[in-house]
Amino acid sequence: MTSVAATAHGAHAHHDDRSFVQKYIFSTDHKIIGIQFLFVSLFFLLVGGLLAMQMRWQLGFPGKPMPGGGVLPETMAPGGVILPEYYIQLVTMHGTFMVFFAIMPLLVGVFANFLIPLKIGTHDMAFPRINMWSFWTFFIGGLVMLSSLFVPDGAARAGWTMYAPLSARHDYSGASLGQELWSVSIIFVGLSSILGSLNYITTIINNRAPGMTWFRMPLSVWSLFITAILGLLALPVLSGAAIMLLFDQIIGTHFFDPAAGGQALLWQHLFWFFGHPEVYILILPAMGMVSDIIANGSRKPIFGYHSMVFAIVAIAFLGWIVWGHHMFVSGMNPTLGSSFMVSTLVIAVPSAVKTFNWMGTMWRGNLRFHVPMLHAVAFVAMFVIGGLSGIFMAATPVDMFIHDTYFIVAHLHYVLFGGSLFALFGAITYWYPKMFGRMMSEPWGKVHFWLTFLFYNCTFFPMHITGMAGEMRRLYDPNQYTFLQPLQPIRVFISISAFLLFATQVIFFVNFWWSLWKGKQAPQNPWEDNGLEWSLPSPAPHGNWEKVPTVYRGPYEFSSPQSTEDYLPQYKKLPTDREPARAPVAGH
Amino acid sequence: MHWWLPPKASTFTGPIDGLFLAILIITGIAFVLVEVGLIWFIVQYRQRPGRKAFYTHGNTRAEVIWTAIPAVTMVALGLISNHYWVEIKGRNSIPANAYPIGVHAKQFEWQMTYPGADGKLGTGDDFTIRNQLHVPVGRPIVVQLSAEDVIHSFYVPQFRVRQDVVPGMDIKAWFQATVPGTYEIGCSQLCGLGHYRMRAQVFVHTQEDYDAWMKQAAQEASQ
Repeated sequence: MTSVAATAHGAHAHHDDRSFVQKYIFSTDHKIIGIQFLFVSLFFLLVGGLLAMQMRWQLGFPGKPMPGGGVLPETMAPGGVILPEYYIQLVTMHGTFMVFFAIMPLLVGVFANFLIPLKIGTHDMAFPRINMWSFWTFFIGGLVMLSSLFVPDGAARAGWTMYAPLSARHDYSGASLGQELWSVSIIFVGLSSILGSLNYITTIINNRAPGMTWFRMPLSVWSLFITAILGLLALPVLSGAAIMLLFDQIIGTHFFDPAAGGQALLWQHLFWFFGHPEVYILILPAMGMVSDIIANGSRKPIFGYHSMVFAIVAIAFLGWIVWGHHMFVSGMNPTLGSSFMVSTLVIAVPSAVKTFNWMGTMWRGNLRFHVPMLHAVAFVAMFVIGGLSGIFMAATPVDMFIHDTYFIVAHLHYVLFGGSLFALFGAITYWYPKMFGRMMSEPWGKVHFWLTFLFYNCTFFPMHITGMAGEMRRLYDPNQYTFLQPLQPIRVFISISAFLLFATQVIFFVNFWWSLWKGKQAPQNPWEDNGLEWSLPSPAPHGNWEKVPTVYRGPYEFSSPQSTEDYLPQYKKLPTDREPARAPVAGH
Repeated sequence: MHWWLPPKASTFTGPIDGLFLAILIITGIAFVLVEVGLIWFIVQYRQRPGRKAFYTHGNTRAEVIWTAIPAVTMVALGLISNHYWVEIKGRNSIPANAYPIGVHAKQFEWQMTYPGADGKLGTGDDFTIRNQLHVPVGRPIVVQLSAEDVIHSFYVPQFRVRQDVVPGMDIKAWFQATVPGTYEIGCSQLCGLGHYRMRAQVFVHTQEDYDAWMKQAAQEASQ
């Protein structure tokens, strides 16, 4: 540790003699790695969105040639008309890209990397080279997954959940190389997350600045810390399962093939033993960053800070013992269903605690509606819908009816888009100045926010209705069923809303790129926030601080009577403050 | 256009629709509380010059209240749900007099095996029909589910019944239809490129009609 800190410290000299490649490509700087994750995962977000648009075309206008679909080969969409085998590839790859290559790296890859050292006050991660490999293994995984779209018999076709034996035997799915590339790619993603998680945990435990006690850490850091623990425990299971699946596919093992003595449900247990903690990996960091932004926007300390920390821990712990709620109707012993139902329902408690504390934070505040705050408040409003709709599925008898319908599609998008993605738009706008030294456009940010909010709800809310009517997921053409035919007007409405939602994202992307070069120069502390990162110039320099700051208080001292301004940074020493008892970490 | 659950056609619709409505009411109250609260705060506490936010770190009593209320509600909901779950899916939930029908799923069709005149599966007078499930009304039916290749899912929305059909496992699911008529069986687990057209029909007959159909179908099958 001493040597790492010393290296980073030495490199912070005025003359930075690293080559371009060391600086921007094979970089070990946590901020550059975070930014690399940002560019790559925004690209995959776009890919995932494009796949979704094609699905929505088929669902809204089944059998009609898709505009621009003529560029697709005969095996996918002859004459622009989407084929069933291509449709299930779209379903599979949309889920895969969004979960593994967009939302997860945006939340964890970008913000754990960028924020943890800046917010706890250290020069870099504990293991900068491992950190670099965490990005490059992710990047390789992404390239492998992307390439699977272009192989002769197409990409994987068994849904992002890859239920076996459909995924395990090529004669069942009709795809071979695509299925194998999926498994290989997921092994890389698992490795990337394991490397990253190790790093985040070690860094937070060991490298906090003097005075940065556990309960002075911002909730963003707390949530990233707990997320890293979840990741370290969940991802090895996914990697292991993906390796078993790959063996079934290429060397003739039969872990998941009942025809040869394997167990079909084994895959589901392994997948969801990873998959449910994964759901919380995809929401906890969003909750943490939203907490930071809401306190800032409300100009008030976070309401019930300790409750918020315990709620994060409780959600993560419960997230471990609920995976069976994906399997109520899978043929699993129904008695197990009862216990999984109870643990699932109990998760509503810490989630409610978080929601009410966010509201408590806004109560009697002095609310500033900058773009990040708009997204953070939208996060709370939308997460509530996603959380409450989860209760329907948690109740086992109701789940028997709405399982695998559009109700669950609505639910998961309210959590992942309404929750995670709104939080991400807010967080990107919020920390953009510290990343790039410029501000994103405020007016265009607001236009993007309001249009997204509108079209997002028009897209996903009606899915509750079609789900209640019994519309199954992953159907190439629901009109095959007479009872689903009357719902076609709703499907058309959803599709048009989805196209507008996608078009709206162009505003965000243009704002993002335009601001890189033409955005307003960012001041050091544009949001008047208390975190340690705002004691640095914008953009934050390599190695962060010459000498790490000392921390005198918690991160949310807004409107404190001790200060004439309505914020009081963690690093600002008041005459009444004493130096922290703990000696500075060696090497600082 | 349909804005509510599908029409009711089995005994499960009572408890399941009731529970659905109860959850809708509970979550509806929480939803309105939170969203109205948010909008009220947004308007009431928007930034105005010269104002300073109220400096507080929280309130223990509030934390206790909003931890306890959801906890009690959720535990109660869990107990009620479990009561019905045991009735519907519990290990001993299948009525002893349930009439057996074999349902075998394969990419991408359903094969229904009927017990013939003796009312027992696995005897010589069994016969099989593709994609048609005929059942008598008002009598518990147990479908014995098996799969040829991949996982499928047996789903009849009007009965509110769903059960995955897993290769290598013999799974039983039961229901009791209440309204004669024709309904659709959908596959609700992605099972390959023909998943969307893996559709079958359920015909719910009165007992007399069913007996007549059975006689005729058995005759046709034996020819």
